[in-house]
Amino acid sequence: MKFASQSVAKPYFMFALALFAGQILFGLIMGLQYVVGDFLFPAIPFNVARMVHTNLLIVWLLFGFMGAAYYLIPEEADTELYSPKLAWILFWVFAAAGTLTILGYLLVPYAGLAHMTGNDLLPTMGREFLEQPTITKIGIVVVALGFLFNIGMTVLKGRKTVINTILITGLIGLAVMFLFSFYNPSNLILDKYFWWWVVHLWVEGVWELIMGSILAFVLIKTTGVDREVIEKWLYVIIGMALITGILGTGHHYYWIGAPEYWQWVGSIFSAFEPLPFFAMTLFAFNMVNRRRREHPNRAAMLWAMGTGVMAFLGAGVWGFLHTLAPVNYYTHGTQITAAHGHMAFYGAYAMIVLTIISYAMPQLRGQGEATSRKAQVVEMWGFWLMTISMVFITLFLTGAGILQVWLQRLPESSAALNFMAAQDQVAIFYWLREITGVVFLIGLICYFTSFAIKGKDDSAEQNA
Amino acid sequence: MADFFTKGAARNIYYGGSVFFILVFLGLTLNTVQQLPKRDHRENITESVEKGKLLWEENNCIGCHTLLGEGAYFAPELGNVFYRRGGGDSASFHAFLQGWMAAQPIPVEGRRKMPQFNLSEEQVKNLADFLEWTAKVNTEKWPPNIEG
Ligand code: HEC
Ligand code: HEM
Ligand code: HEM
Ligand SMILES: [Fe+2]
Repeated sequence: MKFASQSVAKPYFMFALALFAGQILFGLIMGLQYVVGDFLFPAIPFNVARMVHTNLLIVWLLFGFMGAAYYLIPEEADTELYSPKLAWILFWVFAAAGTLTILGYLLVPYAGLAHMTGNDLLPTMGREFLEQPTITKIGIVVVALGFLFNIGMTVLKGRKTVINTILITGLIGLAVMFLFSFYNPSNLILDKYFWWWVVHLWVEGVWELIMGSILAFVLIKTTGVDREVIEKWLYVIIGMALITGILGTGHHYYWIGAPEYWQWVGSIFSAFEPLPFFAMTLFAFNMVNRRRREHPNRAAMLWAMGTGVMAFLGAGVWGFLHTLAPVNYYTHGTQITAAHGHMAFYGAYAMIVLTIISYAMPQLRGQGEATSRKAQVVEMWGFWLMTISMVFITLFLTGAGILQVWLQRLPESSAALNFMAAQDQVAIFYWLREITGVVFLIGLICYFTSFAIKGKDDSAEQNA
Repeated sequence: MADFFTKGAARNIYYGGSVFFILVFLGLTLNTVQQLPKRDHRENITESVEKGKLLWEENNCIGCHTLLGEGAYFAPELGNVFYRRGGGDSASFHAFLQGWMAAQPIPVEGRRKMPQFNLSEEQVKNLADFLEWTAKVNTEKWPPNIEG
């Protein structure tokens, strides 16, 4: 760590990890409700658990991105953060708003929450991933503006590198696209059309800039490869991401009332969307192979290479699987979508945040460049348990999805099973998913345990 | 990567490519917005349909159901429930939905549960109007069959 002000990243990372744990608990609750329908009903209906699960996911990733920015922007800009105090204030504002919103979901019926927070004045609630009360959404915008101001001023007074420019571009894009969450016309079709400007243009657009720049930063630091080389890769990756991903939005416009030509535009462009993810995998492995130093933090390198592979599998391979219109006609809104959503979110965004945490935490905690060998081994156990579990969760959901399509979608109306009957037929896959989810939780506990193992970087003694 | 492909070239592709495709995307969006009135029969968005959409949102129906294939995958698709449960007839669908909403939660042990929302008759009528309007949007013949 070069600058004292980077330490403000620490509370962001710690809070992110706490929310991650909450996300997994609610995932397991839902996973059980899939097969034991009345589990926790009516205390926690499925839709409430789902809001908590997905909103915790988004919020912990946002905390992770902000922590990453507070850590790497001063270091890249070669100057102290503009205002560590503002960063602390925004931390508490965001943490309080997030906690209150989650408590609101859990303690008040959703319609009551909508009335309490004046949703009628500016209705924005009740749409997938954008369930937050309007007032929370406004809070998110305020926090984002303060955050962008803080890191923007830091870069302005310091060095402007490719990495911090692209990171800031991505973060500004994140905030700008979120503004579309305030547009909710009474025409459902227009609502849906622009809803994707938040969701798709985030994960298959601006977030890829954030992911690419964090990955590039960690690779520069851990491999010592020349900055010029890394920056060229970064431009190639994000160029491909935006060239394919913007028109790739069309893969969500096939069946929601938009014109037919989106079937062509969406299929053709999104078919190339795996490319930037593939390039990220090549990038990570190439840089590690060409490394000029042996960085003692092996766990961080494992996370960096792992996110390359898993993002390519989850977003690239599982995305391609259902992205062509004639396939999507049958798979749209089935368990195949859930399979892809899980592996893509985990492989790309959860893992990139865990990568920067793994790299930065030892330094933020004053342990040197890395934790002790023992702590790293436990962390790597966490890596493998969580990652392998996610592969199997994806495979089981894919199995459920293929059968669901086979039973419910492919036959003629008179011969098709109805939704609930088809769900009964695939219950075994849901049980397997739930069991694997428990293994994921064990992996997460391993991961947390690694933080409790004391000791500094001891690689020098080990090698001596 | 070969030397002739410089960082500058990569940067130009990124800037040029993004700006170009943002403009194409905005153009296609403009065209879509102009074509939508023919496809979404917005002339039938009555006050009741509008209220129905708000009720749909404020009760978070999307947290369990898909609507035109988007949402959660825990409960049946409702974009075509007007045809599945109402046979495409307004009066029968209204009757079905009033009965359905009143009967929740269905007391079958272990079966997935839909909560009781305590909606008025008028509110259920709004929801039915909203779902009927949705079912009649031109969705390029999706879903493939009546089961959604
Ligand atoms: C907590 C989850 C949940 C929420 C929230 C929910 N539903 Fe349901 N809904 C279900 C389940 C589960 C079924 C299937 C019930 C069965 O077959 O026993 C269902 C079935 C239905 C059906 C019958 C569909 C068919 O084809 O059989 C309709 C209509 C319906 N819901 C409307 C709504 C509306 C309108 C809302 C919002 C006001 C809503 N639901 C909110 C879980 C939910
Ligand atoms: C890291 C990047 C990605 C993430 C996090 C991600 C995540 C998701 C999620 C959560 C959904 C479900 C949305 C909903 O609830 O309706 C979804 C849908 C979809 N994704 Fe991705 N995705 C990514 C990349 C990709 C890529 C690269 C492709 C194509 C090659 C792709 C193709 C699709 C398609 C076609 C759907 C619609 C599924 C349906 O019709 O039900 N995704 N994605
Ligand atoms: C480990 C145990 C987990 C279990 C049992 C679980 C279970 C579930 C369930 C049941 C749903 C709702 C599906 C539906 O709508 O019917 C869901 C949604 C979702 N979960 Fe998880 N989850 C787990 C972990 C994760 C992780 C680690 C991530 C990402 C980092 C994640 C990301 C998501 C996303 C993005 C959605 C929305 C998907 C969509 O709309 O297509 N989950 N999860
Ligand atoms: Fe997408």
